[in-house]
Amino acid sequence: MTDLVMLLTVFVLAIFVGFEVITKVPPTLHTPLMSGSNAISGITIIGALVLAGAIGEPKLSKILATVAVAFAAINVVGGFLVTHRMLEMFQKKK
Amino acid sequence: MLSQNTVNIVYLIAAVLFILDLKWMAHPRTAVRGNLTGALAMGLAILATLLSQKQEWSYILLGVAVGSVIGAVAALKVKMTSMPEMVGLFNGFGGGASILVAGSALIAAQQALSQPGQMQMKVATVASGIIGSVTFFGSYVAFGKLAELLAVKWKLTPWQKVIKYGVSLATAVGGVWYAVAAGLGSWTLVTAGAAIVVAALLLLKKDRFPGMDALKIASGVVAIGLGVLLVVHPENIELFWALVMVSGVLGVILTISIGGADMPVVIALLNSYSGLAATATGFVINNTVLIIAGSLVGASGIILTQIMCKAMNRSLTNVLFGTMGPTSETPDADEVYRTVKSTSAEELAMVMDGIQRVVIVPGYGMAVAQAQHAVRDLANLLESRGITVEFAIHPVAGRMPGHMNVLLAEANVPYEKLKEMDEINPTMEQADVVIVIGANDVVNPVARTDPKSPIAGMPIIDADKARTVVVIKRSLSPGFAGIPNPLFAADNTLMYFGDAKKAVIDLIAALKEY
Repeated sequence: MTDLVMLLTVFVLAIFVGFEVITKVPPTLHTPLMSGSNAISGITIIGALVLAGAIGEPKLSKILATVAVAFAAINVVGGFLVTHRMLEMFQKKK
Repeated sequence: MLSQNTVNIVYLIAAVLFILDLKWMAHPRTAVRGNLTGALAMGLAILATLLSQKQEWSYILLGVAVGSVIGAVAALKVKMTSMPEMVGLFNGFGGGASILVAGSALIAAQQALSQPGQMQMKVATVASGIIGSVTFFGSYVAFGKLAELLAVKWKLTPWQKVIKYGVSLATAVGGVWYAVAAGLGSWTLVTAGAAIVVAALLLLKKDRFPGMDALKIASGVVAIGLGVLLVVHPENIELFWALVMVSGVLGVILTISIGGADMPVVIALLNSYSGLAATATGFVINNTVLIIAGSLVGASGIILTQIMCKAMNRSLTNVLFGTMGPTSETPDADEVYRTVKSTSAEELAMVMDGIQRVVIVPGYGMAVAQAQHAVRDLANLLESRGITVEFAIHPVAGRMPGHMNVLLAEANVPYEKLKEMDEINPTMEQADVVIVIGANDVVNPVARTDPKSPIAGMPIIDADKARTVVVIKRSLSPGFAGIPNPLFAADNTLMYFGDAKKAVIDLIAALKEY
């Protein structure tokens, strides 16, 4: 199996898993779901870190990757934190 | 250093934990654990990545420090009523990161790309550029429209002006500076031109303008054309930036033309795009955890988009390309509102004496007035007198999916009391009093009765079927759909005019005195 076919397999299966899992989230939690999934989309930070830290690459490449690290970190840190803040409100007792 | 196999195993674990995160999001009791699991997964993936190669730490630390501080401050400071703006803005950072990673990888891989082959990386770079840029600029516009600083006719506060003109100016200057710095070639000029178009579009005071559709189609076609060129000539980095800016024009137009009522759909859609951008980036750098996590987010956004569209009885195409507003057949507001009865807090206290069941229907007006705590107090007071109180939540009430639920959770209203539309509608006839707080189109009976209305067929909360309807609203101005609401003039309706928060507080005082 070539790399591309393997990656496409992963992609299609992941979409299906996503549909199955997220259909079960009730409307009450749709806002935290959005901010939480937003944090997950900050996973781009992985690619940004590899490129920002690589030794011997062109300077421009590393500067772009550094800005990407900052953008993705906003997403990750901000996303998980604000989701936590919201979800705690749903848990509070009277 | 970790071996590549070890790193991939950690990525696999992280992917599984992300799926568990979303699975546990299915119930308020497990959702906190789910979110923490997601954060743990992200931490593991980041740690494994950092340990996988020798690093030049200065760049990494700078990026992480700046991003973390901004993210943390934003997350801790934001008000719950402003969640739509915040989520709208954050979608954009995901898209922006995808553009930059693809651009950075393109520069770093120049050597390898001069060889034939590498089709996957080239195509994925184009996809990252287009989707990432549409997400980035589209999200900024969504944020600007929600924060009411873009496409509005009224006067802006100084801060709104700083953001609006600052971003517009930065885009134009950035594009021109790039063209000059990189040499005035044909592609750098395209980039600068597209940047100026974006900057100009952000200054518009209307959300529709002549030639909009033509520009939308043109920018889409040019973006795809540039993408094909980039696949053929991956050594020409200028093509990539031209592609990004032209896609930016597309992103701005797609979002700016969408009306306020459709904002929940747009945010959900941009959420989906930000995930798909991450997936495309995963194909650029051959990374499975990016592909899996991105796909999960993409799927989540698509499902939410579908739910929102269904709740408004509109197709996605209709939201993206159609218009919604009063038609020539819309009845005249003065005619409809001839029989409106206005009421006062004291009169309402009398009406609410001795009743058994109250249903509260919140809308965007409750969020604007920050009235959620006052509403909670009202519900508690009524319950202390033995009255059953429930909340009826329309799926598109507010400006993002689940907006009302978060506000009421902030005010400590137990989530068991929040009923979905389909659950509460069959029991509306048994409600003694329905209190509509700052909602309009979602309780407009025209959706059921007039097939020619712009909102015909939209599922609504059947507030009109209750014995008495109390509507708290500042004025008789129309909602997002721009049509009059006959509910306000119905025989069993009392209009209680005022700011939602003040009105509810006055009502509580009157109830206590009665």
